[in-house]
Amino acid sequence: MTMKIPYYPGCTLNTVAKGFDATAREAALKIGFEMEELKLWNCCGATFPLTPDNLIALSAPAKVLSNARKEGDTVTTLCSVCYNVLKRTNKVIKDDKEKRGVINGFIDSEYDGSLSVLHYLEVLRDKIGFARLKEAVKRPLKGIKAATYYGCMLLRPFEDIGIDDAEKPTIFENMLSALGATPVDFPNKIECCGAHLAMNNTDVVEKLSGNVMTSAVDNGAELIVTSCPLCQYNLEKSQKRLIEERPGYTGVPVVYFTQVLGLAIGADINTLGFEKNEYSIMPLLHRKGIVAGED
Amino acid sequence: MKIKLAKEDIESSKIQLIERVSGEEMRRCYQCGKCSAGCPVSFAMELPPSQVMRFLQLGRVDEVMKANSMWTCVGCLQCYARCPQGVSVAAVLEALRQIVLRKGTDHERIKDVPFPFMKSAPQQAIVCGFRKFVS
Ligand code: SF4
Ligand code: SF4
Repeated sequence: MTMKIPYYPGCTLNTVAKGFDATAREAALKIGFEMEELKLWNCCGATFPLTPDNLIALSAPAKVLSNARKEGDTVTTLCSVCYNVLKRTNKVIKDDKEKRGVINGFIDSEYDGSLSVLHYLEVLRDKIGFARLKEAVKRPLKGIKAATYYGCMLLRPFEDIGIDDAEKPTIFENMLSALGATPVDFPNKIECCGAHLAMNNTDVVEKLSGNVMTSAVDNGAELIVTSCPLCQYNLEKSQKRLIEERPGYTGVPVVYFTQVLGLAIGADINTLGFEKNEYSIMPLLHRKGIVAGED
Repeated sequence: MKIKLAKEDIESSKIQLIERVSGEEMRRCYQCGKCSAGCPVSFAMELPPSQVMRFLQLGRVDEVMKANSMWTCVGCLQCYARCPQGVSVAAVLEALRQIVLRKGTDHERIKDVPFPFMKSAPQQAIVCGFRKFVS
């Protein structure tokens, strides 16, 4: 029987990043598991409060967790921010009895923190295994130099998240290797893209995301792979300035890891949402002979 | 410049409030500067993270409140990841924001947020931005 995994999409994957959601569900089915969307869920708040006294901000994610617990003992997410918020909130509720009482009081629940919060990448690594993933590959991404951009939320703080080494993570690279691509290491892969400053400080965002892009490209990247819709947005948007300022810079596609996952395991190319990307991946796929056609 | 250290400044009620909200003790910082070195937005801060800590250690809350540092922090936690003392400047900066916002003073007016951003940005950016900038 197909393994079913309870799944929390979050707001962004239900709206501007629909392709991230659809490609992940489709890839799961092809690999042999099913992402089963939670029956009841709400926005996680998209921010884990950085001060320990701000408990009211934990009520939204706590509500997600409490409802998810009624449907099973795990919950899986795709968005790095949802993952960070849910996993950290869960830890607070599990480890701190006093805070648990206060938070449960806010949301009228008796949730105890017994859920395990997983990222889709962890499902691939720990429940499926990258060796098995490799066997599922039908369209190897041979010759593609792909930079894996972790950003902040998938990694920090290490003691709460612990998906991988916080300074030298490899989970993303290992997934890409299984898909046949050549991972590119680069200094800025764990540096911030500028995050929510996209709202009122595009100068800082363009600088930070620009640094990520140039650092990746200078190390040979032809493609950037990420797991956060906000990183994806900032990295794409920042390239306009790079194109103006850096002679020879023409823009690099920034895609969700599930899009390349789907590509590699043989999904119909027209279902992968590549047309939504500001810088198209298609010329690269043609050049490498992965998809037939011309630029 | 002469620096005057007075107990009533370094243990003032304002400092106590910042310590309580942030959960951080100012004196634990030993000024190695690793937070500022790791912080990706140091370049845009009027006071980089280690200087925020120093000013607060000296009780100079007003200068810190006036600086743009708390509003330029992206919450990436590199300062915390790199701090040998386990101090979270990120928590201190968020405490400063919280102290402003909890008084009902907005840093960002919703109506001033550019429309193209509201239309095309990921929801998480909007939700997060409002949480960080609006009371
Ligand atoms: S890294 Fe820690 S100890 Fe060093 S200056 Fe920053 S806060 Fe202080
Ligand atoms: S959390 Fe803020 S202060 Fe700390 S490194 Fe990131 S931007 Fe700098």
